[in-house]
Amino acid sequence: MDTAYLIETIIKVVVILLIFSALAGIGTYFERKILAFMQRRLGPMYVGPYGLLQVAADGVKLFTKEDIVPTNVVAPIFKIAPVITAATAFMAAAAIPFFPQFTIFGYTVHPIVADVNIGILYILGMMAVGLYGPMLGGMASANKFSLLSAARTAAVFISYEVVSGLAILAPIMMVGSLSLVDFNNYQVGGISHWIVWSQPVAFILFWISAFAETGRTPFHLIANDHEIIDGFGTEYSGMRWGLFFIGEYANMFFISFVIPLIFLGGFGDGSFLGAMGLLAKVAFFFFFFLWTRAAWPDVRPDQLMWLCWKVLMPIAVINVVITGFVMMF
Amino acid sequence: MFEAVAFYLFAFLTITMFIITVTTSQALYALTALAAGMIFISAFFFILGADFLGAIQIIVYTGAVMALYAFGMMFFDTTRSVKEKQGNKFIITGLSTLAAVLVVLIVAAPMVSDNIVAFYPAIDSMGNTQNVGLVLFTKYLVPFELAAVMLLVAMVAGIVLAGKKMDRSITLTNDAELEIEKNKKVLS
Repeated sequence: MDTAYLIETIIKVVVILLIFSALAGIGTYFERKILAFMQRRLGPMYVGPYGLLQVAADGVKLFTKEDIVPTNVVAPIFKIAPVITAATAFMAAAAIPFFPQFTIFGYTVHPIVADVNIGILYILGMMAVGLYGPMLGGMASANKFSLLSAARTAAVFISYEVVSGLAILAPIMMVGSLSLVDFNNYQVGGISHWIVWSQPVAFILFWISAFAETGRTPFHLIANDHEIIDGFGTEYSGMRWGLFFIGEYANMFFISFVIPLIFLGGFGDGSFLGAMGLLAKVAFFFFFFLWTRAAWPDVRPDQLMWLCWKVLMPIAVINVVITGFVMMF
Repeated sequence: MFEAVAFYLFAFLTITMFIITVTTSQALYALTALAAGMIFISAFFFILGADFLGAIQIIVYTGAVMALYAFGMMFFDTTRSVKEKQGNKFIITGLSTLAAVLVVLIVAAPMVSDNIVAFYPAIDSMGNTQNVGLVLFTKYLVPFELAAVMLLVAMVAGIVLAGKKMDRSITLTNDAELEIEKNKKVLS
């Protein structure tokens, strides 16, 4: 392991951390603005031009707010729970190729921290570990709403993971590899080579389970404001709550990278245009998260479990079987 | 050098986590430490270059321990410590130490005498996912299929045991009907 590699990796880690922590903040601005426009409001307007500096104001608020650890909570678990959510979100990012490789000052950079050959499994696994954050926070909080939220987290977890795993299995069978770089290279021939055309069912299923994974609106039952206050976040204040927040938004961005990489051609042939195309796809999927939040009601936990186990899982299994038969003959 | 540092770091972390799991009387500490320990074990697979097994270790055990949490939530108030019934401490300590030493001896003896030969050595030209698949579907096909059948049996049994009133949603039934049923149960 030479020094250049070590320095390169550290730089990549720092860059990803900085960019996506900042994006998490800017993501909230986009979310407020888009929700506001869809509900015929203006959204944040007062801080800075078009409310752009609202992000900075929120940041200052989160950092300077008093950090309260209530009595009766299980303090060590209560303190570590937000860190789990934020840290696992960024750990999952280690196996995502954000851009095609490019050359800068004669030095070839691979914009992926660790090109492990089981990338997609690692990403799904790490994102699943991220759900321990809400769960532990909810159980340690000594608050009935938080406990309800923890129970719902367990329900969401055991429901969506089967669907996302089985949905992703069919594309994996076609590509014959678990690395996201190989997924991208498989679809390098242009729009007609995208996996979404041969695996439309898997694409929809994975997209649905992405909503459950990030806890976004149709499946926002873990922290549903109008039922259980803020769920696991009820007892949190200041930056501890902010870490949950960064984790959630970073997860949204990372899953928005993963879906195009698997199904929609990723960064294509690695040209500048392809990289911009990937960014456009990511922006669309992130926008879709917000669009759904404005347009759809939430489902109940039992409806989510019914949907995942009785509808989506059989469809995913049938999809895998059909893919197998088509590939065999 | 990095491998050695990583190995000792994760060895220390794993053992600490499992010690906490065994010794604490707080259900939440025990479960969290168990989950953390299981996830730290995956680091050894990654150090050894078995990426596939490492990722599988993470995925399987996060799910398994999550189910344990669900039980913990049902049976305990997880913010209080549990009063444990403790027997003779010397017998417990003695037996567990003996068992641990035995396990280490059994595993370490063939290593010391260099008696270990891989029947199906890993093929370098293939990735480790393909290597796992190769032995799983040739040499170990029968145990693999047996495990699959056993899991299927367990699943069917679970559905039969738990699914008696699966089609009926308590949320959708109105309160008056529920009240009538309750009264019936009290009367009968």
